[in-house]
Amino acid sequence: MSNTKLNANGNGNGSDLDNNRTQAQVQAQAQGAAGFLQKVGAAVSEFMKWYGVPRLIITCFLLVLIILAIIYKMDLGSLLGDSLTRVGMNGLLVLAMVPTITCGVGLNFGLPVGIICGLVGGVFSMSMDLTGFTGFFVAIALALPLSVIAGWLYGKLLEKVAGQEMMVGTYVGFSIVAGMAIFWLTAPIKNPSMIFAIGGQGLRYTLTLQDYFGGILNNFLAFDIVIGKFTMNVPTGLLLFFGLFCVLLYLFFRSRTGLAMLAVGSNPQYAASSGVNIRRMRYTGVIMSTVLGAIGILVYAQSYGFLQLYNAPLYMAFPAIAAILIGGATLRKATISQVIIGSVLFFTLLTTALPVVQTVLDGSEVGGGISEIARMIIQNGTILYALTRVGRR
Amino acid sequence: MSDSFVLELKGITKAYFGTTVLKDVNLSVRPGEIHALVGENGAGKSTLMNILFGMPVIHETGGFEGELILDGENVKIDSPRRAMELGIGMVHQEFMLLPGFTITENIKLNREITRKNVVSRVLGPKMETLNMPAMRRDARAALEKLSLTVDELAMMSGLPVGYKQFVEIAREIDKKNIKLLVFDEPTAVLTESEAEYLLTAMRRLAAEGIAILFITHRLDEVMSVSNNITILRDGEIVARIPREEAKLERIAELMVGRKIERAELPPRSVEPSDNDLAITISQLRVEMPGERVKGLDLKVRKGEILGIGGLAGHGKVGVANGVMGMYPAMGKVEKDGVEVPLNNSKAALQSGMAFVSEDRRGVGLLLDESIEMNIVLTSMQAQNKFLYKGPLNALRLQNGKKIRAHALKMIKDLDIRCTGPTQLVRRLSGGNQQKVCLARAFSLEPKILWVSEPTRGIDVGAKQLVLDLLVEFNRTHGMTVIMTSSELAELRKICDRIAIVYEGKVVGILPPDASDVEYGLMMAGKAGNVKEVG
Repeated sequence: MSNTKLNANGNGNGSDLDNNRTQAQVQAQAQGAAGFLQKVGAAVSEFMKWYGVPRLIITCFLLVLIILAIIYKMDLGSLLGDSLTRVGMNGLLVLAMVPTITCGVGLNFGLPVGIICGLVGGVFSMSMDLTGFTGFFVAIALALPLSVIAGWLYGKLLEKVAGQEMMVGTYVGFSIVAGMAIFWLTAPIKNPSMIFAIGGQGLRYTLTLQDYFGGILNNFLAFDIVIGKFTMNVPTGLLLFFGLFCVLLYLFFRSRTGLAMLAVGSNPQYAASSGVNIRRMRYTGVIMSTVLGAIGILVYAQSYGFLQLYNAPLYMAFPAIAAILIGGATLRKATISQVIIGSVLFFTLLTTALPVVQTVLDGSEVGGGISEIARMIIQNGTILYALTRVGRR
Repeated sequence: MSDSFVLELKGITKAYFGTTVLKDVNLSVRPGEIHALVGENGAGKSTLMNILFGMPVIHETGGFEGELILDGENVKIDSPRRAMELGIGMVHQEFMLLPGFTITENIKLNREITRKNVVSRVLGPKMETLNMPAMRRDARAALEKLSLTVDELAMMSGLPVGYKQFVEIAREIDKKNIKLLVFDEPTAVLTESEAEYLLTAMRRLAAEGIAILFITHRLDEVMSVSNNITILRDGEIVARIPREEAKLERIAELMVGRKIERAELPPRSVEPSDNDLAITISQLRVEMPGERVKGLDLKVRKGEILGIGGLAGHGKVGVANGVMGMYPAMGKVEKDGVEVPLNNSKAALQSGMAFVSEDRRGVGLLLDESIEMNIVLTSMQAQNKFLYKGPLNALRLQNGKKIRAHALKMIKDLDIRCTGPTQLVRRLSGGNQQKVCLARAFSLEPKILWVSEPTRGIDVGAKQLVLDLLVEFNRTHGMTVIMTSSELAELRKICDRIAIVYEGKVVGILPPDASDVEYGLMMAGKAGNVKEVG
């Protein structure tokens, strides 16, 4: 976004720039302290270029919220602890956007496809009465083959609508959520704590995970940090799990296949002329995203404490999309660091905005409304902003 | 040609952020004169044109010094619109045309001839009806000035590239007050015959008293149409010569600022011969739109530089694209007696062939990736080079150290001007991008290198470097090079033999020192005596 300026000046003037830089260095030595300031200034402007204006604005907004929280003597510990949890529970869903962006399919608006697979895995794991880590990992194990198959089918569909993947994806997401509602109603589950109390059939809207694998990652190695009178809970297991996937994905995109995928997304013809199978790479990207979506929802659910069925996955893709875009990703390029920065900024904003605004407005009903409106504006505004930049280079 | 000047630029000086890009430039053009402005990329031609058209970029960066005099009057041009009103027109390199509109509509866009009607009398001139017959008449007249026989109601989108260029020109000359027309590299996208046609049109326009400022890289065109030639180098005018006194070599020399030598190519220990073939192509058919190959036979000798020439549209570009699996192909390609499967880029790469595409930005580069990634990615995918060891080829990780070392070596060997191996390729100039493409191909360490249009769109100095590189790799590494090019002169400069393609087939193979007449006849498909050189 901020690169346009660079583009205009940076064309072939490499040697001139170098000259300027060496001159600057000479001056710096001569002027001592002034030179030091100049250097710091250069470093700051370099950082600004990398960080980008949109992210800076959001960071500032976030800082204002935190300062407000301090002024109003709010429980900073729980605010930050909740933020950490939010980041961890949504992280994998944000990460799921990276493979599709990299392989050229764009943002995965069809993330509910993966989410549904994860939910199915979770439901069957619960119906087997599995608890703790066993329950969680069996849920993942059940969701994996499902999401690979679903991802392959979804990839096949996207292949047919190449160029309009994002629009079609949105509707695929919507349709599969509606279609699966029938499945939830007719699923052959007999566990009484999972089905409607009356009628003996049909899964409940929300399944409580407390006795199954609720909080299993959050509580793993969790500890409290005490700062003054505030305590902040750190969900170690959750963050480790997110971190593990970040590392795995980071490594993947430096592997042969990962780089092939990058080439396909960046310039399909270059990829083809390098002997890369474009179709296979796009399928791989979509399948990976779907699998991450499936695992992601299980991580989300264990932290939240509930499996939400029926219409709940409908809009699940949007916060993830907004987060990665805030992180600085575009429709053609996304990196793991953008996922992390975006998740931290977006979800911290969501968790802190609501209570802070409510406190500032003295607990009135208006406060809740305003923060919800702010969330909608930020989330959908970001997506809109990114979409208006499609095709612009 | 009259004695007064239609346009005079006096003492134009312009600096961007402290870097002077134009220094005291004087330029004057008479009515009816074709004035060529030549210079390497970055010589300041575009900046000069931006000043002439009052582009916002000039004002935003602090304006310029000097005077613009139009028809003897000192004028201030502060916007492109003002330039237009003053009668300065521009034929763009990239077309500014609406594809879904007819030729007439495009020519008359925003200058439509209208008729009053009932509604417009009430709601104002915006509601007037188009006077289609009058617009057609005007469009027809403009097209006829260019002797273009095309239906003025034809849809823009279906027209070939050459025609689009002419419609651009027609639009400019349809403006009644046009005094000066700037052609910014108009022939870059045209085939040789189209370019010839365009030059004829330029002469005709000049004869009607319109002054033409002609910016181009192609010196032979300069020689054939211009009356005067101004040469810009590093923001200064180094020479202004009338055509009669100009020599091609002299212009090229002035442009580059160093002498271009036509040195003898270095000798080989073993001369390539028909006894030792690198590739045998038989009955090759390639479905490449606009460049179909229709049953081509060709034998390439090991260690030679073979040129493939011919007119645009006859399929010379299709050969490499077909063999390398970029377009659907049929036929038989044998390398060292082993058949190379067609329609399979990977197999072609793995058989020891590499390809530098004619479509540099479309096929050759990942514009938003680093130089080093562009250089190594193909080798990585096709040959598993630059990867750490691992059990699964698909998941082996990139070896950053090896990549960096290799990229630095390539940057040094090929003299790629950049800020470092991590610079984005998009930021490089055309010539340096081409060198990255070559580095990408050289990284594969191919036995056979297919190069298509290696010097298209890059400046004279870089052209020579690219050609030198091809010769060097051919001589030192024994790499067989098959070079496709529209520029016969450069083929004749470095090739051992030149195959001429006509209507999708090789009509003959000529030695580089064959006469122009022989080449001309063969390219026109009139080769009575098909020649093979020994």
